[in-house]
Amino acid sequence: MGTKAFLSANEAAAHGVRLARPQVIAAYPITPQTTLVEKLADFIADGQSDARYMMVESEHSAMAASLGASMMGARVFTASSSQGLLYMCEMLSYVSGARHPIVMADANRSTATPWNIYGDHRDAMAMRDSGFVQIYVESGQEALDTMIQAYKLAEDPTVMLPVMVNLDGFTLTHTYDLVEIPDQEDVDRFLPPFVTSNKLDLADPKVLCGTIGPALHTEGRIQQCQAFETAKKKIAEIDAEYAKLFGRSYHGMYEEYRCEGAEQVLVVTGSAAGTARVVVDELREQGRKAGMIKLRSFRPFPKEFFASIAGRYKALGVTDKSISFGYDGTIYSDVTSSLYSGGQCGTKTANFICGLGGRDVSKDHILEMFDILRNLSDGKCEDEVQFIGKRW
Amino acid sequence: MKEIRWHGRGGNGGFTSARLLGYAAALHCGKYAQAFPSFGPERRGAPVLGFTRIDSTPITDHSQVYACDCVIVLDETLLDVTDILEGLKEDGAVFINSAKPAAEFRKRPGFDKVRQLVTIDATAIALQELGANIVNTIMMGAAVGGTDLVTLESLEAAIDGSMSKALREKNKKVTRMAYEMVKGGKTK
Repeated sequence: MGTKAFLSANEAAAHGVRLARPQVIAAYPITPQTTLVEKLADFIADGQSDARYMMVESEHSAMAASLGASMMGARVFTASSSQGLLYMCEMLSYVSGARHPIVMADANRSTATPWNIYGDHRDAMAMRDSGFVQIYVESGQEALDTMIQAYKLAEDPTVMLPVMVNLDGFTLTHTYDLVEIPDQEDVDRFLPPFVTSNKLDLADPKVLCGTIGPALHTEGRIQQCQAFETAKKKIAEIDAEYAKLFGRSYHGMYEEYRCEGAEQVLVVTGSAAGTARVVVDELREQGRKAGMIKLRSFRPFPKEFFASIAGRYKALGVTDKSISFGYDGTIYSDVTSSLYSGGQCGTKTANFICGLGGRDVSKDHILEMFDILRNLSDGKCEDEVQFIGKRW
Repeated sequence: MKEIRWHGRGGNGGFTSARLLGYAAALHCGKYAQAFPSFGPERRGAPVLGFTRIDSTPITDHSQVYACDCVIVLDETLLDVTDILEGLKEDGAVFINSAKPAAEFRKRPGFDKVRQLVTIDATAIALQELGANIVNTIMMGAAVGGTDLVTLESLEAAIDGSMSKALREKNKKVTRMAYEMVKGGKTK
């Protein structure tokens, strides 16, 4: 039935990784990811994991070593954050293009300059087109469970994509919460050992991470796109299977929270989704028709879902803990283009930039967002993109 | 939901106690809890905060603590640099490590309105029992003695479950001492 523990999300994520039985872990420490990989090193030192821990000299090397191990058919884990992830960036496209199902954690943190060790989503958003699946979690428990689900997804023979599990720096990574740690034998039943033909094998020589010129390059990219389309179904299927075994579901790529009969709905990603639940509950008690959509999978993006809700609500807001300079928040632009993919939208939309560089996303901030959405519903004018909680 | 704020200096163990209290509530009192430090780099000696949330239902709120039911101060010199009453609810409680009686603190602006104000000379207990000025578990015992946020037994179980063997018995002893002093009204 599992064991209850009081853990930080970094520790919870480390337990999830341990239970997935990786054979190689290669990582370089960076705040706020450090305690995650330290915990994994503890597990290995204590004999609770028989993974080989590779001390590498940089994040670039961490992913290069992960790729090398994956090319030998090993189940691999790595983790990084912020500048470390940016430094790792070059290797991300090697891994994804060569279809090596590495799972990594990103302890989401802002990127320099200004230098800032606190949480936002600028690091992961910069990796949008890296070819990694990107899943964002709301709690330590979800971090643990998602690590296990991530391997199942990544290694599915019809998917074979690397997965980045995102947990908000400090807000999750350094916050302790009640977590249930599943039993190893149950996880073993859910996640069998990694078996692949996409590896170096003297008996069956093949080229890995090779060169593909114009003649076949497009077709390779189409295959990656198809894998992401398949992942859309698999994320939900794997979550449903996990729920059957472990009793916890995260509703696949997105979750609709109290959206029935709602007029104002807020799309939230990561830990702020938990805070938004509290605000939605309070607003519902006051009789306001508020709801929340938690976006769990950013890549693949649930485009069809957002297309299907065009016109359903009077106003739809989207929170972004990053901004694409010269344009809107990254998630907002994906949500709005999905809403309009049928040719018309019928819902008023607004983008709320919040939580940059570790600024708290408070309940008052979320309430303010719902007030703006109510103004839009009432036909009042509001700026389309607004910074929430700014000092002046 | 009960929200508790811990005021300490980097290295005081304030966050360790914030976590122990959450551990006790979540794993030994059938409640839900959350504990987090003031985020960012830890600087030894600098004012730092710790937070504990305790509730009877799962806690999904991931925002900072703005209003609190209980404030625990590990180092009274922090009162000169920090407004420890910020966000304290009307019926809130304050526990300060000090050799001075609570009446001394009541003279400070705003402190007259504090419903429950307790001082305990945790430093004296720590020096006598632990041989070092480490007051975090003593202040935890005192605060729980005054508020019943969790049971004493659950605090002892939390210490057993998360401290090294060498530290367990003496920390349980000082936690109980402080708890009983406050319960028995033996503080100044």
